Amino acid sequence: MFTFLTQRILQLIPTLFCVSILIFGLQQLLPGDPALVMAGEERDPAVLEQIRKQYRLDQPVPVQYVYWVKGVLTGDLGESMRLKKPVSELVVEKLPVTLQLACMALLIALAIGIPAGIVSAVKRGTAWDYGANIFALWGISTPNFWLGILLIFLFAVTLNWLPASGYVGLRENFWASIATTIMPAFVLGNAIAAILMRHTRSAMLQAMTADYVRTARAKGLAERRVVLKHALRNALTPVITLGALEFGTLLSGAVLTEQIFTIPGFGKLIVDSVFNRDYAVVQGVVLVTASTYILLNLLADIAYVLVNPRLRA
Amino acid sequence: MTTLAETTSLPQAGAAEDSPWRRALRRLLQRRGAMLGAAVVLLLIILAVLAPWIAPYDPIQQSWSLVRKAPSWAHWLGTDEVGRDVLSRVIWGTRASLSAGVISVGIAICIGVPAGLLAGSAGGWIDGVLSRITDAMLACPFLILAIALAAFLGPSLGNAMIAIGITATPIFVRLTRGQVLATKVEDYVEAARAVGNPPIRIALRHVLPNILAPILVQATLAIAAAIIAEASLSFLGLGQQPPAPSWGSMLNSAQRFLAQAPWMAIWPGVAIFLAVLSFNLFGDGLRDALDPKQQR
Repeated sequence: MFTFLTQRILQLIPTLFCVSILIFGLQQLLPGDPALVMAGEERDPAVLEQIRKQYRLDQPVPVQYVYWVKGVLTGDLGESMRLKKPVSELVVEKLPVTLQLACMALLIALAIGIPAGIVSAVKRGTAWDYGANIFALWGISTPNFWLGILLIFLFAVTLNWLPASGYVGLRENFWASIATTIMPAFVLGNAIAAILMRHTRSAMLQAMTADYVRTARAKGLAERRVVLKHALRNALTPVITLGALEFGTLLSGAVLTEQIFTIPGFGKLIVDSVFNRDYAVVQGVVLVTASTYILLNLLADIAYVLVNPRLRA
Repeated sequence: MTTLAETTSLPQAGAAEDSPWRRALRRLLQRRGAMLGAAVVLLLIILAVLAPWIAPYDPIQQSWSLVRKAPSWAHWLGTDEVGRDVLSRVIWGTRASLSAGVISVGIAICIGVPAGLLAGSAGGWIDGVLSRITDAMLACPFLILAIALAAFLGPSLGNAMIAIGITATPIFVRLTRGQVLATKVEDYVEAARAVGNPPIRIALRHVLPNILAPILVQATLAIAAAIIAEASLSFLGLGQQPPAPSWGSMLNSAQRFLAQAPWMAIWPGVAIFLAVLSFNLFGDGLRDALDPKQQR
């Protein structure tokens, strides 16, 4: 276990190094003089000179990279040109909103995806199975911004049950907060529910043919007990770890969903920064998401080994 | 040796009657979902190619007397906020979506498959470097990386395709590399190496034809993802630029008129859904048909 862990963590170093080069390299894609882009409307040569000095644009690219990485390692992700705030502060400010959304979405996804997967595997080839598979295809094929727009039309414009946009913090008013986030959370959860359903279905189909399930049946256990206690328990392990990897889908989805429901989270931050040419924020946000994803990947791997005694050796 | 490997892997005329590709095709034809998907894809391709002749109106012709008119006989799907015909824009939008799907996946394959072949065949430090770059790219969520790339490249449909293509590349690198490693130990590859074929010839003539199936499946599913990605980027204003029609940007303007003109929001979304669904259906069917484990 210990060697596995050290090996796995050592492997992360070159990956993180590549991520940092990739994200730093984005800046090199900017057409023309980056100082000119950063300055926006400003054309004063003195200001441009100052920007070049401040961001070390007058130095060779590798030197710029070293300074950038040094900053990142000490928690300095640069500064937002638009909001005049450190990027790290913005990240800390916006992250809880997206996390709330992500947690709610995951709960919805688990509540729909896993039962649907179980039913579809147990009742393979029946109308239930077809229904669940159609649901999964729907979830994977629906663009989430369209689903968001349809929900707003139905629940906000037509029925007037829920607010169309905006966000209320959890601590300010719990129920109002849920009301503002339930639609976006459903939109996000819908796509992941479909993926979870497919994983659960195939894992359950595999588990149902395993020897221990046959043994459990031979012992005369009730089918319900066989399915829920014996098959599901073993099938869930890969589902949970695969589910953790859907974090990336959640964050990608959050970009558009937050945009549609005007929720001031991580996704809206990146889109707003893109449109205001606030490139330091874009870089910072991509870096934070990538690092979080890598970390979650690691945790999923560790969890997988922990719950699977055969791999623990 | 060479000819033996070829006759069993390539769909050549005069080859054995029951080649694996032929068997796969037969299985594919039996799958209703896949055939339905293929039919819709074909229909969309026809719409995209014949758009100038099929679309009833000019998709960018504005008319102030026709602003936000509900669906009628003259305008089947209604008109938008500047009086353009929604049906014509949906039909023309097929071009942007399909070309974005196909071109960006084409970019991903053209970079990803050779890189994967190289990583898998060469091994050593080349493999190490390529694999770490792949890991790094896969660590960034798909859409976020595509948005970041599109933002830094500048908003246009062409740049959106490049951004989506680059973002989709690592999946193909990883897939190809894995397949190469798996076929490397097969007897026919060993044999080809034993008779002294150079590595590049082994990779191209012996390994590549045998790993085409999973790449084809992945490509079909990747087109579905790329269509959603293009629509997302256009929705955000980072793809197709106005006034040129695109399903994503149509939904963006529709969102502002949900209460007054809900029809503007329905049809572009239906179009995206159908296109993505049919590529997914076809891809799923293709995977089942080509999966050797399903044989017999």
